[in-house]
Amino acid sequence: MTRGKLRQVLLITDGCSNRGEDPAAVASFLKEKGIVVNVIGVLDHGEREHGMREVKEIALCGGGVSQVVYTSQLSQTVQMVTRQAMTQTLHGVVQQELRGILGEEKEMEDLSPEKRGEVMEVVDELGETVGLEVFILVDTSASMKTKLPMVEEALTDLSVSLNSRQGENEFALFLFPGKRKDVEKVLDWSPKIEQLSTAFQRLTTGGVTPTGPALKEALHHFEKRMKKGSLIADAEDDFPIEKPGF
Amino acid sequence: MQKTTFQSKSRVSNLSPGTTFTGKWNRNPYQIIKKLGNGANGTVYLVATRLGERAIKIGENKMSLTSEVNVLKHFSSLGQHTLCPVLLDVDDLEIAGETYPFFCMEYLHGDSLLSFTRKKGQEWVPILLVQLLGDLDRFHQAGWVFGDLKPDNIIVTGPPMRVRLFDVGGTTKMGRSIKEYTEFYDRGYWGLGDRKADVGYDLFAVAMMFIETVYPHRFQKASQKKQHLDDLMEKVTSASSLRPYKKVIYRALTGKYSDAQWMKKEIMTVIEKGSTSQAVSSKRRSRPVSGRSNGIKEKKKPSYRTELALTGSFLFLSSILYLVGQII
Repeated sequence: MTRGKLRQVLLITDGCSNRGEDPAAVASFLKEKGIVVNVIGVLDHGEREHGMREVKEIALCGGGVSQVVYTSQLSQTVQMVTRQAMTQTLHGVVQQELRGILGEEKEMEDLSPEKRGEVMEVVDELGETVGLEVFILVDTSASMKTKLPMVEEALTDLSVSLNSRQGENEFALFLFPGKRKDVEKVLDWSPKIEQLSTAFQRLTTGGVTPTGPALKEALHHFEKRMKKGSLIADAEDDFPIEKPGF
Repeated sequence: MQKTTFQSKSRVSNLSPGTTFTGKWNRNPYQIIKKLGNGANGTVYLVATRLGERAIKIGENKMSLTSEVNVLKHFSSLGQHTLCPVLLDVDDLEIAGETYPFFCMEYLHGDSLLSFTRKKGQEWVPILLVQLLGDLDRFHQAGWVFGDLKPDNIIVTGPPMRVRLFDVGGTTKMGRSIKEYTEFYDRGYWGLGDRKADVGYDLFAVAMMFIETVYPHRFQKASQKKQHLDDLMEKVTSASSLRPYKKVIYRALTGKYSDAQWMKKEIMTVIEKGSTSQAVSSKRRSRPVSGRSNGIKEKKKPSYRTELALTGSFLFLSSILYLVGQII
């Protein structure tokens, strides 16, 4: 793991995927790779919560946080879910450290409230300063069309929230289904989310929902970046040494 | 704007009156009297303890109350008890094999800011805000920003009437990002700034509460990319009780105040002026909304009478407070 960075996928969708592999399976794999998957299910007023089981399941498998909301609550929810997932991940890391010190079966509640307070201070501090990479994946299938203006606003709002932290942020934004491919890139890694409206306007919303393939693309994109990031270090190690041939 | 709409209700969010339990670590006994409300991170109950009626807040999960407890502890250690409820106990509650954290604090009895001013009259609003700004200034001096400032988090106790802040779950160290907020009072939502904890963040929320006292149904911002500031100021100008405070509200909304004390002083100046010369304020009504500082001349006008009256009432109030303190 590179120094102090959290990696998250933020999936915004309104329900059932219907193409490609099972998104929950891809999410499980992302989790193994150290990438947390958060899912937000978006409803219009009057809509039922059916199809929202998938939302929960993907986040559960992806080690993240899920929430189902109406479009009007989207902004606050998006930033809350992202923050919650950060804290959750950091707690996980701290907890593991604690287990190393206190022994296997020790959990947070075995600590006295005072000690817990100290742990929380550490987590708060980390959450404020840690680097964060968020890969945002927005479902633009036909049923999402009316919800997209609110999605756009929520993402700008997320950028405001996260950029109020001391740590660095980078965002990438992809939409699915894309025009020709399953997934389409709108914004490559950048520290701010701005001027999305043009990107959202020229969308043609399609009928299929390839959530699984979209998540896979997220993984590829993260991996490409991780390789790039570690290139220099690797090259130094590998370069001069030629394995003796047999 | 409710945060908890879809979150599953946990076992501890609906304890019935009469339920008794003992803390896991400190073994203090508690009996639930009634539920007082839901906070962002937990449920607040009125309880009976060995020492009388107190309030407890029970968290939904292991860590949910920890930062709140840290803040309460911090202010208790500073001896600044009036800034937030006094923290009395921190412990865990075990129900059916699950552990929930809770803390016990002093029970603040009174009305929320809005229901109080609705009952008692709009003239209370600026006075209570002056009290509030004094408290906020002490928060800021100590290096903290309250964060989730809204009428639900402010209780008016008394008589003598005194505002008290109580849900410190959003309290954030200065310079960090705001932990919790409510959109209506959040300058980020209105596109008027970021969510970094600074003095201006709290003062923005104070201005929004001021506006809300006249517009009880929290209005939403207009559709995207509009001039939210103009909209807000229009609401201020069209309400007669807000109009005298137009300049103060404008400054708070645009982050012009570098400390709470400054805003407090300016509100006090308007209160004084209002009680001496109603005519002046009604003359100024026709001026357009702008950032230009109107009425600086009037400020210099001497107003001994009101000052005397204010000082007198202050002395009176403080002596009552002192006496009450002695009795307790």
